[in-house]
Amino acid sequence: MSNFTKEDIQYYANFARIDMPDAEAEKFATRLDTLLEFSDRLKELDTTDVEPMTHPLAIVNVLREDTPEDILDREEMLKSVEDHEDGLIKVPNILD
Amino acid sequence: MVVNKTASELQSLLHSRELSVKELTEATLQTIEEKDKTIQAFLTVTGPEALAAAEQLDNLPDEKRGSLFGMPIGIKDNIITKGIKTTCASKMLENFVPVYEGTATERVKDSGMVVVGKLNMDEFAMGSTTEHSAFQITRNPWDLDRVPGGSSGGSAAAVAAGEVLFSLGSDTGGSVRQPAAFCGVVGMKPTYGRVSRSGLVAFGSSLDQIGPITTTVEDNAMLLSAIAGADYRDASASEKPVPDFRNSLTGDIKGLKIAVPARYLGEGVDPEVREAVKKAIGVLESLGAHVDEVDLHYSRYAAPTYYVISSAEASSNLARFDGIRYGYHPADAKNLNEIYLRSRSEGFGEEVRKRVLYGTYALSAGHHEDLYERAQKVRTLIAQDFQNVFKEYDVIVGPTSATNAYKLGETIKDPLTLYANDLLTTPVNLAGIPAISVPCGFADGLPVGLQIIGNHFEEAMLYKVAHAYEQATEFHKQTPPAREGN
Repeated sequence: MSNFTKEDIQYYANFARIDMPDAEAEKFATRLDTLLEFSDRLKELDTTDVEPMTHPLAIVNVLREDTPEDILDREEMLKSVEDHEDGLIKVPNILD
Repeated sequence: MVVNKTASELQSLLHSRELSVKELTEATLQTIEEKDKTIQAFLTVTGPEALAAAEQLDNLPDEKRGSLFGMPIGIKDNIITKGIKTTCASKMLENFVPVYEGTATERVKDSGMVVVGKLNMDEFAMGSTTEHSAFQITRNPWDLDRVPGGSSGGSAAAVAAGEVLFSLGSDTGGSVRQPAAFCGVVGMKPTYGRVSRSGLVAFGSSLDQIGPITTTVEDNAMLLSAIAGADYRDASASEKPVPDFRNSLTGDIKGLKIAVPARYLGEGVDPEVREAVKKAIGVLESLGAHVDEVDLHYSRYAAPTYYVISSAEASSNLARFDGIRYGYHPADAKNLNEIYLRSRSEGFGEEVRKRVLYGTYALSAGHHEDLYERAQKVRTLIAQDFQNVFKEYDVIVGPTSATNAYKLGETIKDPLTLYANDLLTTPVNLAGIPAISVPCGFADGLPVGLQIIGNHFEEAMLYKVAHAYEQATEFHKQTPPAREGN
């Protein structure tokens, strides 16, 4: 059984900004088929009146005063950035 | 050799000043250098930083020395450490140096522990063998041709081999408990919200928890007491008071009500593992516990539910790795989109890309309802299943893993075998409840783990049961061949 085509994989890979040449796409199609078949088991269950669980604990939002704390050092942070100028991160052109 | 002593033996030597923290740290670093040649648990050893911290600690007066004072600890490499490379065992973060300290490691340091290094793992904690590390293969100290389990394989192997007595791992679907079982050590996955996730590189945010790995239950209880509790940097970290978990180590489990799910000992569980766990249950009964068989009907749906939810959350969490602010940056990219594409394709390993892809699919328009939302609903059923059992029982007991440690390279080609194992560990994360793995014997000469599962915030109960069991047996005193020779 095959659900995913090479084109499907390339379509979703684009959303995730993952490069997907044809040969790779075929490999991932097979692997995702396996996962999707595995998830078919969930269809055995009637979940009509079941509330979806979004969080493991029933906790409420906690608010605090908006006072700045834990301010990270800009110079330190910029050390991991490839290219920067005047404290701003530089990126190449958005369009060619 | 000091490193073969227990934590409490080391404590008395430190308190009587027969041993200094610096001497202990030096001995630990030397042991790591020798043993890690074969075990390969550490990705980074922080010798100079550890020695500097040790020297400072040696100046502390007695009244400032707590129960974990001077103890060396290794940290899984997805928990950030200020100024120390934190790679998640990924090419994506190969050279990433965090600019702030994670809450758990901050508390570890505040309690006087000495961080000696960062430990190997499956890339971004995705896997259960540590073979998905982009950098090295960690070996099981009990058999060097076997995996240590995963994803916290380095954390479990380092403790089992006697390189450190304490480590931190993280558990999204079993990643503390299963390697603890494979390596014959104690691993705790606390209640969701018990330990702050600030500084834990996010995989599945509704599932992730940091947990301690140690050789004894008492050490584990001490370490969890040190790292648990509210944190303003993580809104999901619970305000619930954190007890000194050592106070629950009474050895008294008379009248305790234990549930054993039939499925946990059913099909797919290795006969020797089943035998070891049945014997362990017998030990608990002999200590005065009452045991009944129960049905956790929805547990067989846990693994597919887990893969949908964890992959969906991962696809969102890992979107932050874009090659711009930190992480792998491709050379000579012509435009912004090429930076994104190439950094993520060249920086992420295959398993990570697969899960991001699956998660992206599960969250996409047209499949969201059928896959992601359905999984969230089944998650409710799985959580309710546990709540029904906890109405009548104190703890649930079963194996941590269906088999003993796999051979290196053995199962990686058969993901469904790995997934079948997830039946035992993933439901716990989906429900957000705590569970501990303690050594309970051997299958084919390799360690087997007994898993004890409790209700939300019942870690004290788990430590009590695990400790009573540990003290009634000799398994925690047995050490792997790789630990000897010192």
